[in-house]
Amino acid sequence: MSETLTPEVEIVEPPRFTQDVLGWHPWLHPLDESELTEEHLESLVQASRAKNPYFRLLARDPAALLERTKTDFDIFYNTKAGLPRADRELAATAASRLNGCVYCASVHSAFASHHSKRREEVQRLLDEGVDADLGARWNAIVRATVALTRTPVRFGEAEIVLLREAGLDEFEILDAIMSGAFFNWANRLMLSLGEPTT
Amino acid sequence: MSASTDFDVVDHLIGLRPSDRISAIRDNRPEAREHLQGSFRAFFEPRDDSQFTLRERFAVAAFVACLHGVDAATRFYTDRLLDSGEGSTSLLNVVLAESRRSATEGPYGQFRLEPAGESTTGSEYVIDSIGSVDVLGERLVAALEHTHLLVFHPRDASRTRLQALLDAGWSTAGIVSLSQLVAFLTFQIRVVQGLQALSASRKGDLS
Repeated sequence: MSETLTPEVEIVEPPRFTQDVLGWHPWLHPLDESELTEEHLESLVQASRAKNPYFRLLARDPAALLERTKTDFDIFYNTKAGLPRADRELAATAASRLNGCVYCASVHSAFASHHSKRREEVQRLLDEGVDADLGARWNAIVRATVALTRTPVRFGEAEIVLLREAGLDEFEILDAIMSGAFFNWANRLMLSLGEPTT
Repeated sequence: MSASTDFDVVDHLIGLRPSDRISAIRDNRPEAREHLQGSFRAFFEPRDDSQFTLRERFAVAAFVACLHGVDAATRFYTDRLLDSGEGSTSLLNVVLAESRRSATEGPYGQFRLEPAGESTTGSEYVIDSIGSVDVLGERLVAALEHTHLLVFHPRDASRTRLQALLDAGWSTAGIVSLSQLVAFLTFQIRVVQGLQALSASRKGDLS
């Protein structure tokens, strides 16, 4: 019977935003690995995701998951022109920090550190929040992402000017917008379908 | 189910033509363009809408668009809600009245443990007008209340909130699709607004 919540279990919550690897516990029943059909497996795109309860829960709407995954991969992994990976991951981290998604922030802050080699500044974003001083270029990306993440959206000409002054061309601004915007999608799923664990 | 949408919805909502500069910039991420549109189709041209009906999808979408105060998206989704059959006008009127009543600013909500000092409070949206409940029905009342949480204060989500959806007759698969649809729309609307700003920015022509 899947029309119930998962049983309540004792979990240890992460005490703060972190770059450490966290777990995630679903509140609704993911599909069992044994239940995954060809269509479910295709929607996961990467076979390794069958081990992950978050993706097995999203696989309950395989058409939506397939399209979401392919959108995600092009925004973050297509390196043809555009913004360096580190900056895309920074935008993902900034949106997650503002929305309060500890799990998403952990994954993408670690990616931002890995690609930028600026672990301490990334940690400052997690510790101090979106007003942390990270230097001109990153401040511009974080500020633009914050404006884009607010509801109603506050992103306008001022943010475009800020990004241009930080040296971003239009392909890079597109990537900054897409990366920050995408985490408004991701954060809301991660936050509302389960919880992070240490 | 309705015929498939043969124009790019994001370009349409921004007001772009294929020859516009921003449309060409979007083509640098062809898979993102294709699958953003594919996501729209997965949500609004579903093969199976038994767990989350097409009419419910457009009602929720019109609510999300209106909560964001984005006219083009509000028009787009309200038009489709109006085309969703008998009683759609009264449903639309309630959705618009509820969104006007509940629109606020986000993100707010509680942080847990060490960052708890950063917590901010905002409204807790409950649909209690007898007229609204009567037109929406139990499932859509629960769905719109949950949608308001997802749009404005997603970090306040909890097991209890999902139980409320189950109690209102939503299945696990239906809740997954509802959550995906709302979260997707918060993305789609931000892409539209972000690219609209880029498109309107004249300096781009000079750089």
